[in-house]
Amino acid sequence: MKRLLVVLGFLAVVAVLWEALVRGGVWPRVLVPAPSEVARYLGAAVADGTLPNACWVTLRRLLLGYGAGVLLGLPLGLLLARFRVFEHTLGLLALGLQAMPSVCWAPLALLWFGQTETAMFFIVIMGSVWSIMLATQAGVRHVPPLYIRAARTMGSRGLHTWSRVILPAALPFIVSGMKQGWAFAWRSLMAAEIYVTIVTGFGLGHLLHYGRELHAMDAVLGIMLIILVVGLLTDKVLFSPVERFLRHRWGMDKS
Amino acid sequence: MSLPESIQPVPPVKLALEEVSKTFHTRRGAVTALDRVSLEIREGEFVCLVGPSGCGKTTLLNIIAGLESPDAGRVLADGKPVTGAGSDRLVLFQESALFPWLDVLGNVLFGLRLKPNLNARERREVALFYLKLVGLEGFMHANVHELSGGMKQRAALARALAPNPRVLLMDEPFASLDALTREQLYGDLQAIWQKRRKTIVFVTHNAREAVCLGDRVVLFSPHPGRVQEQFSIPLPRPRDINSLDLAQHVAEITRALKRHLKPEMEVAE
Repeated sequence: MKRLLVVLGFLAVVAVLWEALVRGGVWPRVLVPAPSEVARYLGAAVADGTLPNACWVTLRRLLLGYGAGVLLGLPLGLLLARFRVFEHTLGLLALGLQAMPSVCWAPLALLWFGQTETAMFFIVIMGSVWSIMLATQAGVRHVPPLYIRAARTMGSRGLHTWSRVILPAALPFIVSGMKQGWAFAWRSLMAAEIYVTIVTGFGLGHLLHYGRELHAMDAVLGIMLIILVVGLLTDKVLFSPVERFLRHRWGMDKS
Repeated sequence: MSLPESIQPVPPVKLALEEVSKTFHTRRGAVTALDRVSLEIREGEFVCLVGPSGCGKTTLLNIIAGLESPDAGRVLADGKPVTGAGSDRLVLFQESALFPWLDVLGNVLFGLRLKPNLNARERREVALFYLKLVGLEGFMHANVHELSGGMKQRAALARALAPNPRVLLMDEPFASLDALTREQLYGDLQAIWQKRRKTIVFVTHNAREAVCLGDRVVLFSPHPGRVQEQFSIPLPRPRDINSLDLAQHVAEITRALKRHLKPEMEVAE
């Protein structure tokens, strides 16, 4: 509760300062609209449905693409850790592709899939899958062999060992990989939405793009604010509980 | 009423090691960890394997556990050749090997969940029984990182005992504990052994520990690992590690160790 008050107080101070700088004429209104104007834009955009709609479009793309990225990345990572052959082939490829900003896939995706949701889906997957895959591999590789030996003496074999020992033991790695994958997916989706117009749905990135085209700085700043909040919220909702659990179970030093 | 020793029934052989050999190939050449080791361990016996580091005693334990396979020779458990790890022979490692993603109770339940003939309630009862036996009933929901070293080994002991293995293999399980905790655990282990009558193979480099715990002490020498001598320890239980009766046996074994070892080998008394 106290922390919330501190956060709110901080935001209020920033807003008041900003408002004062604009009203006092220090910052030109054309380039930096006052918080009150941004708030007015946001209110209007919520009222006419543009903003909720854009949020929904963007979040759906993100969740679908990221979900697919996790579903692909986890088993591929396990495969990479299990078989040496994959490490030097697929693993190397994954390392390179992870380092590549996934918006680089946009031109290719456009030519392959056209200006469709599939293109977006593809770009988000390419953003998330490699980090998740590599983190899963690293996690499995770092499982202390002692755990596996102990499990074997207790009668654990094959699939049971993988699901009850190796996967949970690799969890701290996997979670941090999933978090990184999420961050990459989110960035690549924003870049793609700004870069590519898709008629089936206007996401937050598109709104940002049109804000610039129309020189509507209140819209640009408003959407940026929303993007920031969405990033913050997903972190708090999706990852914070898991990380809290890891800290609690593994102890402070491990997660 | 106890029968004279000569006509007391001899318990059956639980573990039989027949000419077990194992060689490791390292960058600096081949190391013979075990050279034709033969040993018989009877049902309910508490046997301590003593030797300096590198004499292959841990390798031998792993072979009995089925975690490693010998290059030559074989291990029989109840007359059947050991081909892999099995929950009839559980291992207590030097580090506790408790799973950090489970709480203490979850760890003890891990092995029990692999027993198909128990239902959830029975598993829980068994787990609680063993947690109580090792004095951790108040810590069943504690996380592994919250336990002290001694408590970790107690929890690991409960986890190893819970699936009711007939053989318990212990690989210097108390080596990393402080002296006070260790003495306490010597007492606890003897009490548990007397109550549950397991066959225990206990590996240590500490002669005093071996005499305190074992019915029989088997002396190993390194390079290559071989059984050199065996001592039976007929002292009454529970034994106190600091007692004088113990010291005589310890001295005898330490002398034997020194005799069998090259002078540079350091042996903890």
